Amino acid sequence: MAYFIIMRLTYALALLLAVLFTVFALLHMTGDPASLMLSRNASPEDIEALREELGFNRNLLVQFGDFLYNAANGDFGNSFRYRQPAMQLVLQRLPATVELASAALILAVIIGVGIGVLGGTNPNTFIDALARGIGLLGQTIPSFWMGIVLVFVFSFTLGWFPSFGRETFAVLGLTLPNSSIVLPAFTLSLFGMGQLARFTRAAVLEVMGEEHVTTANSKGLKKIRIYTRYIFKNAAIPLVSIIGVQFSYLLSGSIYIETIFSWPGVGGLLAEAVSVRDFFLVQSIAFFTSIAVINLHLLSDIIYMLVDPRIRYR
Amino acid sequence: MQINKAEISETILCGLKEYVNTKKSIEPKNLWRLLIKDKSGLIGLILFLIFVFAAIFAPILSPHDPLEQNLHVSRQPPVWSEGGNIEHILGTDSLGRDILSRILYGSRVSVLVGFLGVSLAFSLGMTIGLIAGYKGGIIDDVIMTLTNMVMALPYLVFVIFVAAVLGRSLINVILIFGFTNIPIFVRVTRGEVLRIREAGYIEAAKSIGQKTPAIIMRHIMPNLLGPLITLATFEMSAMILYEAGLGFLGLSVPPYVPSWGNMLSEGRQHLRHYPWMSIYPGLAIVLSGFGMNLLGDWLRDVLDPRMRRSKK
Repeated sequence: MAYFIIMRLTYALALLLAVLFTVFALLHMTGDPASLMLSRNASPEDIEALREELGFNRNLLVQFGDFLYNAANGDFGNSFRYRQPAMQLVLQRLPATVELASAALILAVIIGVGIGVLGGTNPNTFIDALARGIGLLGQTIPSFWMGIVLVFVFSFTLGWFPSFGRETFAVLGLTLPNSSIVLPAFTLSLFGMGQLARFTRAAVLEVMGEEHVTTANSKGLKKIRIYTRYIFKNAAIPLVSIIGVQFSYLLSGSIYIETIFSWPGVGGLLAEAVSVRDFFLVQSIAFFTSIAVINLHLLSDIIYMLVDPRIRYR
Repeated sequence: MQINKAEISETILCGLKEYVNTKKSIEPKNLWRLLIKDKSGLIGLILFLIFVFAAIFAPILSPHDPLEQNLHVSRQPPVWSEGGNIEHILGTDSLGRDILSRILYGSRVSVLVGFLGVSLAFSLGMTIGLIAGYKGGIIDDVIMTLTNMVMALPYLVFVIFVAAVLGRSLINVILIFGFTNIPIFVRVTRGEVLRIREAGYIEAAKSIGQKTPAIIMRHIMPNLLGPLITLATFEMSAMILYEAGLGFLGLSVPPYVPSWGNMLSEGRQHLRHYPWMSIYPGLAIVLSGFGMNLLGDWLRDVLDPRMRRSKK
């Protein structure tokens, strides 16, 4: 088991280096980063001045060495727009994104798994058809459109929820978001909800067909006991790894959702940084989300191993 | 010696049987009957055909020039709403351009990105996957490590980063989606090759002295096509979604080109008072994606004989 974890850690580290290299190469080898960062009608003198200022006129290898050294120290350059270290900005915006993604994940798990279990335990009924339909729709309707539709219906027409921004209230010393989180979290959760509903349904159906369930049935065990002890427990194992992967989808999805709802998180920051050509900021976000996703995959692999004895003892 | 020969002919016979069995699976007449039986597959195919038809015949179908601005008729609602006009069935945008015409022309961007992007990923991914799966050894290890690395990255963030660096153009979008989707095709191809390589008919072909290229072309490739075509359908639908997403963020084709993502991005700014500007382009995205997913589900069942047998 220790061997497995060490191998997995080495791999994660190699991946991290690969990300660093890709980020550097994309920015420096596709053209001139200085001209990328300024607007298209900047004068050649301006570009030259910026190139001088940021050291882009040096040898590429020297620049890569510098970049690695700075990155190891957490320095990814300053944001042009905010005149602040880019990584610091990312970390400032992080709590809002984590909050939104967690809320969405909870919604996706409760509703998605719920629908999947209902569908899987009642195969080929109306409930099942509904579960499959919701699963398919959740996965095919793009969240950036669904968000727009929900804002139109629930904010502009019905006036139930605010259409943008994050508002908070304090309770017991905690700062919690108010109803402003409902629409963005629900929209963000839809994709995962659909996927979880489909997977759960399939997992429950598969376990229900297995022999130990038939045995339990023929022994005359109570239905509730069969469901909880025999079916759900086994069906839950593959779900663990899916939920881990879900979180990285949520991080990606937050780019659209935070843009639509002006949620002050990392995703919205990325969209904004791209539109004003703030490349050091874009680079920091790309790097940061990669680390987050790599770690999440690592974590879900380890949890999976702890939950499933077949993997542990291999 | 004698026993060996008997063994070989036995192998060949088994292989031949297996080969004939897999060959039987796809026949046009069968395909049509299966399609009629499966309603969701039929709906998927119809939606997909409408989508391709719209893209090809956009100039004939469109009632207006999608770029023609006319401020006299700007912000007109769809024909069934109050103040709507039969001239502009789905209404007009803030510059007075006809929404229906723009949606029809917009499908061209989606079809081009989906079709060319998938073709690029398909051809390169299949070639690399074939090499990895058939050769095995260190080549396989290197290819698969690289593939897994790329697949572990947060996809959308990287696509956005690359799109921002390269700038807005149709060819850039196609290249980005084409190249970033190679790994998934590599992975699926390799998996299938590993499975097929062990089949009896491959052993039979080898034992009668067929050369590697002939084995790959005659025996492996035809069996790869089923799973890869299914994958291509799903990937095409995903690419169209991602293209629209990039357009929504202002990173896909240039702003003057009518595309679903661009329309959504413009329309969103007028959502409160003129919702049709963003609702209908979005509906086009949803319907095309829905169609391709249904079609993909159906293809997966039909093109994979193992699935079909278990269904019966």
